[in-house]
Amino acid sequence: MSHPLRGSTAIVGVSTAGLGSCPGHSEMDIIVSAAHQALADAGLKTTDVDGLFSCSTVYSLATLSIGEYLGIKPKYSDSNQVGGSSFVGHMLTAAMAIQNGLCETALIVYGSNQYSATGKLVGLPEPDLYEAPYEPKQPPSSYAMVAARHMYEFGTTREQLAHVAVAARNWAKMNPEAFMRDDLTIEDVLNSRMVSDPLSVRDCCLVTDGGGAIVMVAADRAKDFSHKPAHVLGIGMAHYHRNISGMPDFTVSAAADSGKRAFEMSGMTPADVDVLELYDAFTINTIMFLEDLGFCKKGEGGAFVADGNIGPGGNTPVNTNGGGLSCCHPGMYGMFTIVEAVRQLRGNCGERQIMNAEVALCQGNGGRFSSQITALIGTESTL
Amino acid sequence: MSQDAQAMLAKPGPDLVYREALDAGNFQIQQCGGCNQHIFFPRMVCPKCGSNELAWVKPSGLGSVYSTTVVRRKPERGGDINVAMIELDEGPRMMSRVDGVPPTEVKIGMRVTLKLIDQGEGKLVVFEAAEGGAA
Repeated sequence: MSHPLRGSTAIVGVSTAGLGSCPGHSEMDIIVSAAHQALADAGLKTTDVDGLFSCSTVYSLATLSIGEYLGIKPKYSDSNQVGGSSFVGHMLTAAMAIQNGLCETALIVYGSNQYSATGKLVGLPEPDLYEAPYEPKQPPSSYAMVAARHMYEFGTTREQLAHVAVAARNWAKMNPEAFMRDDLTIEDVLNSRMVSDPLSVRDCCLVTDGGGAIVMVAADRAKDFSHKPAHVLGIGMAHYHRNISGMPDFTVSAAADSGKRAFEMSGMTPADVDVLELYDAFTINTIMFLEDLGFCKKGEGGAFVADGNIGPGGNTPVNTNGGGLSCCHPGMYGMFTIVEAVRQLRGNCGERQIMNAEVALCQGNGGRFSSQITALIGTESTL
Repeated sequence: MSQDAQAMLAKPGPDLVYREALDAGNFQIQQCGGCNQHIFFPRMVCPKCGSNELAWVKPSGLGSVYSTTVVRRKPERGGDINVAMIELDEGPRMMSRVDGVPPTEVKIGMRVTLKLIDQGEGKLVVFEAAEGGAA
């Protein structure tokens, strides 16, 4: 018997707003623009929303601030904050709430002005007694130590990591919304400024402005909307640690569990997936997630990406919008994995469209390789 | 508050106990009375088995580099430094750094030994290559 949440809800509206550089605007300006546009995409208004989901590094009571601003009085509201993966997780909670009649129209939204406001990644204010005294550059140093261990155990190379950045850039060149679209070669990545060895600045995601939002409703309502719905087939969550010192095995992320749970709920396997949107905070993420989600064997991710599988024309297209490495990364990127996946399933991605994309995988990552949330969404044919 | 919770919170907290011992020159970690495993960072509850019977013990001070990075900084910001993940021989890992060799020469698998150095008004745990060097 299939899982009761499988196919119970669908995404009927998506948006991006202010991607890249959006000077002269507050964080809230970007959030509400994204919200408004996702609702417009679905043919809805703010007054239709009765389920509100968001979180922020600026607004600690995010849904309260957003609800007040937009005049939304939700029946169900959730600001679960598990870093950049949060918004993929909100999809699971929204599906549960809709399935159980707690709300009917769920808006999930994120936005940030951190490129224009600060020019650097905005962190969370919390005590860090046991790592901060050593002055790591966070988060890059945490991911760097994961990359270093992966290289030590499996012989993964900096060139292989660079292939992830180059593939992302080659996709970004076909996405008018992407922030960085100029040429990028393996040599460029290898020769770029080192941030925290073995990761150079081109192994690290961008810092940009930008927002995104999605609208979810019950699947039986989905056909009433103008766009082709993206049905939520399975979502799985997992986390093992917060800080990198607590990561049990630096070569296996919790995506090994979140992926298994999402595939189980959806009744699918990696072979069913047509397009992957993986949270590439750093180039090592893409390699780890391809392994942990079962698209290649553990330890073979480096060779897999270097073989041309993930870029344009590859068999396993990854981060077709250009990813956090080349499209956008406004502090938390999870929302943008969903938006691009939905656009691919609708078939309106222009030059970068994956032909006949029926199933998309979104991988949310949060913290320091900490929170992992996997979502599988598909067209009507997958129900 | 239940009696048990009151008992747990009656003693000084583990961060404070750790810090005071460290500043007195003693690096201590905890060992769980429930499962015998060693843990770090200091806690009230064992993350392996859930017991709150945690005792302070003095570890050997030996460990291995589990992973390492060089944090690249401009000279005017202090220059490049090493940050390493040290796996203590007792099991737990902790962030630290390896002193005494250039940051780029810290290698995964290196055997290291603990050293307390002065930092501000307190002490900081760092490591240096152990006698016999590489693993």
